[in-house]
Amino acid sequence: MESFFSRYRNALVLIAVLLAQVIGLATQVRRPGQSASDKGSVRLIRAWSVGLVSIPERLLHATGHGIRGVWMNYVDLIHVRQQNKSLQSQLDSLRLEEASLAEDARQGQRLQTLLGFQEKYIYRTVAAQVIGTSGTEQSHVIFIDKGSKDGIAADMPVITPDGIVGKTRDVFAHTSQVLEISDVTSGAGVIMVDTRIQGVLRGNSWGQPEIVNLSPDGRIRAGEPVVTSGGDSIYPRGLAVGTVDRVVSQPEGTLVNVLVKPAANLARLEEVLIITSTGSQMPAAMQTDLSDAQQRASDILAERLPSREDPNAPAANAQGQSGQNPAGQATKTGPDLSLPTPPPQPPAAVHPDRYSTSSVPPADEMVPGQRASAPSVPSATSSGQPAAAPDSGSGSAAAPRHPAAPSGNTAAPKKSSAPAPGTTPDTSSVPVKKPPAQPPATTTPASPAPAQPKPATPQPAAPQRRN
Amino acid sequence: MASSRHEVGAKSYPWLVYILAPLLALGLQSLLSLHFGFFALIDLPLLVTIYYAISRREPISATLVGAAIGIAQDGLTHHPLGIFGISKSVVGYVAASLGVRVDTEHRGTRMLLTLAFSLGQTAVLFLLERHMLGQPYAWQWLHELLKGTLNALVAVILFALLDLTRSRE
Repeated sequence: MESFFSRYRNALVLIAVLLAQVIGLATQVRRPGQSASDKGSVRLIRAWSVGLVSIPERLLHATGHGIRGVWMNYVDLIHVRQQNKSLQSQLDSLRLEEASLAEDARQGQRLQTLLGFQEKYIYRTVAAQVIGTSGTEQSHVIFIDKGSKDGIAADMPVITPDGIVGKTRDVFAHTSQVLEISDVTSGAGVIMVDTRIQGVLRGNSWGQPEIVNLSPDGRIRAGEPVVTSGGDSIYPRGLAVGTVDRVVSQPEGTLVNVLVKPAANLARLEEVLIITSTGSQMPAAMQTDLSDAQQRASDILAERLPSREDPNAPAANAQGQSGQNPAGQATKTGPDLSLPTPPPQPPAAVHPDRYSTSSVPPADEMVPGQRASAPSVPSATSSGQPAAAPDSGSGSAAAPRHPAAPSGNTAAPKKSSAPAPGTTPDTSSVPVKKPPAQPPATTTPASPAPAQPKPATPQPAAPQRRN
Repeated sequence: MASSRHEVGAKSYPWLVYILAPLLALGLQSLLSLHFGFFALIDLPLLVTIYYAISRREPISATLVGAAIGIAQDGLTHHPLGIFGISKSVVGYVAASLGVRVDTEHRGTRMLLTLAFSLGQTAVLFLLERHMLGQPYAWQWLHELLKGTLNALVAVILFALLDLTRSRE
């Protein structure tokens, strides 16, 4: 017996070691639905391994970061000024874009409130440096330099500005393990933006994320964006995941998998954000941003435009406006869709005569019941308010807005007021659906009817809209 | 013959090297894979296991060293502990047993052994992952041969560097 053990000592030791590890492996295998967290002894071994490896990794990473910082911040500053200018321009454009989206965001929030939909807003994120990986092809795991001491917990979403990366798995004191979306054991609820097909995203054996077990659908095209659906209770809804790469049929069965090209560069991760807090209410900072967005966009437009007065506008327009809207509220720049579209403003006359619009005195200088000194008559003011009864067929009476003058020299068309006693009913004040073609010069034919310039009635202020 | 060859060819190393070399291998593997994607194909802990097994030529110690390095490598993944531990235990045992019988100082032999052990480790991993744990595991011969060849080339350099740490007798 003694000779047996001594003879097969090596093989027996190997069998004992393998058996011990197999038993240990069997105790760690979990059934579906069980918690993903490790048991105490396993967690301890992981903590030792990660602790041993992460310390030199942190040192190396910090050294490399320092050297790179010195180079980037003090040496490699070529074209920085030009780049700064370009980025400033880009920032202005984005602010304008933000202003246009702000109203949509508010509307969306109102609708979600009406529908009782619980939106998740990101309240707080923690930035972290990626200091290492698992080092194997089979495990798509990275390590970050933030842990439980920094407020990180398990199952927190990890993102970059480009898209989602994964979720935290094992969290230690100063280090955390992040399971990437490209791993076989990962899972995320996603939705395709165009086709609105929802599915579960996980990594395949080759480390590429794919949406699994979908019914074949011819609408799925390469390049379609994929975002998180929020159905997994981990990732907030609407975060970028990637784009559809291609559709592959499963070897068995009739279902297909959709390979996704991740938006975040999972192979070159340096910094990530961990979402540590979410909520159903829009954060105050975001609300303030939305409120300020339009104001900032208005300021940017004001800086870009040479002036708020359109230099191409006829002088009469300015006079008419100032007369009719002395409060200066007619600085409308955008189209007001709530009001009927007025006919276009005729351009300024090259050779003004008595029929030219510019020959009409301002409304505040006119006296009710008195003919204008000029033989001409009723002429349209730039505000869209016909001065008197013109030829209703001409359509030239209402010319409130110069199409090429978006900078605020025109007023919104005003509602027609009741005609003064003794005057001809103002037929031109009826909204004209389609104005007839205008001659190039403003040769509005004089009406044979007695001219009754309309008194300068107080006009309702045009709804002012910021740019 | 085996025992005489073992006594003649076995090398010894300072105890610090036994600790630092595996740790360095694990750390470099984790760090370099972050910056160079292709480095995930190379398995530095496996190369260290093979080197000590064929140099020491003691199957028991090679089995234990392989198990320790493998479990530490498992700790860096999210897999259950023991996947790499089992595979590296087997590799360490077989490498030490072969080291008694073949000339492990020759570069060509080292390359061939490393290629064979790289494929052997992948085969054990495939068995464990696919048939024991029920996890998907892709096996593609071309990929595995490329991986093995890359490891064999790196092994030639790494083994030469580790040879410098031998204790002078």
